[in-house]
Amino acid sequence: MKNLVPILVVLAAIVALWYAAVAPMNIRISLDQAERAGQVVTPETSRERRETSVWVLMASNPGAISGGYALERPRLPTPGQVGQELWKTTGEMVAKGRAFSKRSLIYHAGITLKSTLWGFLLGTTLGILAAVAIVYSRVADMSLMPWAIISQTIPIVALAPMIIVVSSQLGIEGRGVPKAVISAYLCYFPVLVGMVKGLRSPSLPQLDLLKTYNASGAQGFFKLRLPSSVPYLFTSLKVGIAAALVGTIVGELPTGAVSGLGARILIGDQFGTPLAIWAALLAAAILAGLLVTLLDMLQRLALRRMGLNA
Amino acid sequence: MTWLSFALLFWGLAWFVNYRLAISSYRKTRAARIFVPVLFGITLLVLWEGLVRGLGVSPVILPPPSDVGTAFVQSSGILWEDFKQTVFKGALTGFVIGCAAAFACSVAIDRSAFLTRGLLPIGNFAAALPIVGIAPILVSWFGFDWHSKAAVVVVMVFFPILVNTVQGLREADAMQRDLMRTYAAGYWQTLWKLRLPAAMPFVFNGLKIATTLALIGAIVAEYFGSPTRGMGFRISTGVGSLSIDLVWAEIAVAALAGTVFYGLVAAAEKAVTFWHPSQRG
Repeated sequence: MKNLVPILVVLAAIVALWYAAVAPMNIRISLDQAERAGQVVTPETSRERRETSVWVLMASNPGAISGGYALERPRLPTPGQVGQELWKTTGEMVAKGRAFSKRSLIYHAGITLKSTLWGFLLGTTLGILAAVAIVYSRVADMSLMPWAIISQTIPIVALAPMIIVVSSQLGIEGRGVPKAVISAYLCYFPVLVGMVKGLRSPSLPQLDLLKTYNASGAQGFFKLRLPSSVPYLFTSLKVGIAAALVGTIVGELPTGAVSGLGARILIGDQFGTPLAIWAALLAAAILAGLLVTLLDMLQRLALRRMGLNA
Repeated sequence: MTWLSFALLFWGLAWFVNYRLAISSYRKTRAARIFVPVLFGITLLVLWEGLVRGLGVSPVILPPPSDVGTAFVQSSGILWEDFKQTVFKGALTGFVIGCAAAFACSVAIDRSAFLTRGLLPIGNFAAALPIVGIAPILVSWFGFDWHSKAAVVVVMVFFPILVNTVQGLREADAMQRDLMRTYAAGYWQTLWKLRLPAAMPFVFNGLKIATTLALIGAIVAEYFGSPTRGMGFRISTGVGSLSIDLVWAEIAVAALAGTVFYGLVAAAEKAVTFWHPSQRG
């Protein structure tokens, strides 16, 4: 908790910088509006204004700066506007009893969350199974591990449209499956690496002790290797869930999806409503924060139950 | 049928060869370490080819690797043009600017313990966020050409590198810093001779994460508008016009570019941090 004050100060500085940046970013739109409303602005035509720098524009039209803070379609909205938009599409919808209507971000966050969790489940299972194979089989270690690393250097977004086309050709309805595949692709790797490390973490004396007990391979796995890999597992799960969320949103972005936070961003872009984009971004950030915090709490709980102090 | 049985036969043979190699006394040699994964990769390609041809999968769904290879050779001009636009102009420019900015920021932040305590958790949090989502905003700010792509890459690579560098700069321990003080070294001398070299393993960790992010950012940004060239543009229009083998060739280029980019950073890491235990094994 001793970090709380510095974090708050830094956050306040970021918000202040953001507010300061709104003025130069929006001055041109604000001046265009003022001109249309019949006010006198210097330079008078928008072509002349395009040649002038924003700082000169701000200095010669100090009255128009405040207009930049209340635009309907700003280039850069203020944090307050983003917060209001977010509240309008979440809290207000709940108050009206329409929490799951298609205009509510809660509905879209739910769609994204569902794909993320499926992808996370799939990726984690794959990662753990591959890690077990790698730890127990030398062939798998030698042939799988290099390709696992290479698979992460391939930009998955290049594959995303193809995954969606192939799955729709195979007759899979909806976008849930392809999105989950993309997020599983992004999230299996941290789990794989963490679990390989964790399953190999028991020391030689510990393994030897089990051998003197005449423990079978399965017993060695369940009583020694698996428990000692748990701290590593949770650390990589936290990285994995964040990666899975990124994967889902990437899966929604370029492919004309209609629901989900990524789709809100896409639709906001196509219809020129920047506030909707920013609200969806903020919602995605909040979702990521919640998921990581949840896993962090689970980690503490599990490690305390196991008698490991984290 | 012959395709299918040939692919399965090849799979069995390759698996047997790999298995024998992995338990033989050659397994520690460099040649075996390269040969085994390469044979595994070739097996995957042969299986792909055999399954697609043997089961008669329509090339619209999944073209066999040989068709992709043909498309690769035939349209190498287009591919090179796209490669220059996306990788050189978009990804690399953004990567260099983003890394330099994050590096300068972390050296500046590091001077204040207060800022470090405040920014590290925020940076860690930001590194976990789905930052790709800002692509449409930046495209509308900086226009359709490569500038907006570079901007997306800058934002995406900034936080991983910032967090890793700040952590790395704290790596030199008190004894080592005391030694520098007994040498009467100033702040910059300590930074240059002790703390930056000690931070390098962490910096390269961040750089390696950033290589993948750079390509992802540059390609995603192209889905939101680009001039009529670029890998993301070609993939999104190719999927629409059903020139699927060209799309797969483009994916192969992306995969190759990502791997080479990562390999270059890893090689630089090996040269710079040769003293670190992880590099000595």
